[in-house]
Order: sequence, then C-alpha cells, then structure tokens
Amino acid sequence: MSDKKKNWPLWEVFVRSKNGLEHRHFGSLHAADAEMALENARDVYTRRNEGVSIWVVESKHITASNPSDNGELFEPAQDKVYRHPTFYDLPDEVKHM
Amino acid sequence: MNQNLYHYILTIADTNLILGQRLGELCGHGPSLETDIALTNISLDLIGQTRSYFQYAASLFDEEKTEDDIAFLRKEREYRNVLLVEQPNTHFGYVMARQFLFDVFHLMFLRELEISKDETLAAIAKKGIKEASYHRRFSSDWIKRLGDGTEESHTKIQEAVNNLWRYTNELFQMTEADVAMVTEGVGVDLEALKEPYYEAVSEVLKEATLEVPERKYFQKGGKEGIHTEHMGYLLSDLQYMQRAFPDMKW
Repeated sequence: MSDKKKNWPLWEVFVRSKNGLEHRHFGSLHAADAEMALENARDVYTRRNEGVSIWVVESKHITASNPSDNGELFEPAQDKVYRHPTFYDLPDEVKHM
Repeated sequence: MNQNLYHYILTIADTNLILGQRLGELCGHGPSLETDIALTNISLDLIGQTRSYFQYAASLFDEEKTEDDIAFLRKEREYRNVLLVEQPNTHFGYVMARQFLFDVFHLMFLRELEISKDETLAAIAKKGIKEASYHRRFSSDWIKRLGDGTEESHTKIQEAVNNLWRYTNELFQMTEADVAMVTEGVGVDLEALKEPYYEAVSEVLKEATLEVPERKYFQKGGKEGIHTEHMGYLLSDLQYMQRAFPDMKW
C-alpha cells in the first residue's frame, strides 16, 4: 500500500434506494476499472438491501468547488429571500405544497 | 429415514459449508477492503444455503436433530464435501481459482436441482440461483483480470488453476446416493453436466489468456468421506466452539 502507483483509483458510488427516488451519493471505494467498481459497490454498499440501482464514477472526473471560494459562490444568495416562492398565499384547495 | 436422500443433501450442503468456512477465514484478511467484504458476502451466501439444506436434512430424522448437530457434530469421515472446496487459501489466485471452478459447477447444478421432484430441494435451489449467478460473475471476472493482468498475476493464477484442476472431475462423480436420487427424479445427473462444465470453464480461461490444463489424473474421495490433509485443520476451527462448549447457544 506504500507505493501509490500500485493503488487502485478511487470511485464515487451513487445508489438509488427505491424506484422513483434519485441516486444519492453513498461513499467511495477503490477499484481497478468501472466493472470492478460496480461489483465492489454492490458488495460494500448494497448488502443490506439498500439499493435498486448503482452508478459509479471515477472520483477524478468530479470537479468540485473550492471551499475557499464559498464566500463569492454562496454568500450572495443568503440575503435574497425573495427568491423563495413564499410571498403569496396558497388557496386552501392546493395540497401537498 | 431415507438414507440416500440424507447423504445426497449432505454432499451438496457440506460442499457449501466447507467453502463458506474457507472464505470466512479471509474475513479481515482480504487483499483489499472491497474484496474482503465481497468474499465474506459469498461465504455468507453459501452458509445461508447450507442452513436450508441442513434444516431439511435434520427434519428427516425420527429423533430430534438440529441443523447445528449436523454442521458441527460429525467426524471428518462423515463430511461429504468435494475435495476442491477444502483446499487452503494459499494465495488470492487459489481463492479465486477455487471459487471459479466451483461457481461454474454450482450454477449449472442449481439450475438442474430447481426442477427436482423434491419440492424442498427445488425451492432451495431456486433461491440459490441468483446468489450463485453473482458468484460466478464475480469469480469469472477475477480470473480474466488476473490471467490478463500482469506477468506475475498471470503466472500465479495459472499455477492455481493447474493445481486445483485435479479436483474438478470429482464434481461429476456419481455416488450411490446420486444414482438413487436421479432414479427417483430428485437428484441431478452429474455426468450430463460434465461436458458443458469443461466447455464453460475453458471459455473463460481462454478469454483470460490462460491455458486449459490437460486432463490426465484426478483426485476423488471427498464424497465418500476420504479427505485431504487440510480437512482436519479446517474442522478443528469450524467445530471448536461446539467441542469446547457442548450445546452452547448464542
């Protein structure tokens, strides 16, 4: 394990727990290729009946936002409450909103 | 009691049990976290199937017997598993070669057992087919990966396949119980599986750029209770708790 070149690449695992729901990030694992990643994901993340579908994607293909950019990315939205659709009254007949 | 049926169930169940035990030995010792969990899952699938078989076997007795009595309280000569599955986890290549050589057989066998006239065996087989299908896929993938991998992995997996090959023919050996059960429409005609088995195995080996060993000389004995030298050690692990604390319960 000390030789980094010998480590399998890292994969991110997304599992859909029920038909109709979306895939959710479950965790990550190591695998040599996509097929092995899928099998490993099946064994590591769905052995307690957690899923009906699995996606795997190699972690290096995910571009993530940098936490140090959080100020410019997310803070400007904090004081814009008018973007929430909460400024009108719903008729009583409308349910499940 | 139907002695032939009892022995027939034992041969199937013991093979599952002993392979499950072998794989269980790797719990916490797998080459990576992922393969560790995968092998333990397979172990638990096999032991789960074993329990169904043993519960059925226990019900055949007039006196009261449990699945645990059958699993833990027999002597070496009373276990009827094939020799292949008791072979040790020499290295990962052996673990995968053993698994692959068994899985190909296991899936074919269960597909035949599913149409048995014995409803209990047919039901157990039906449930096991899905598990065995995944096992076969998992081990076949590994054979291809190792065979077509690095020079070292190729050499090691070829060595394992060559060494375990001598135990494959026993999978198709018809014991007295087998013959009797086939006559009754309960058992699987193992002879008929032989050619398709070697074809299926050869196909994967070729895809894995491995050589198919030439068949010359085969070992047998497990189905009659004559085991290799590894079996005693395995049983001393397996039976330890029941021997040290008779009738213990969790």
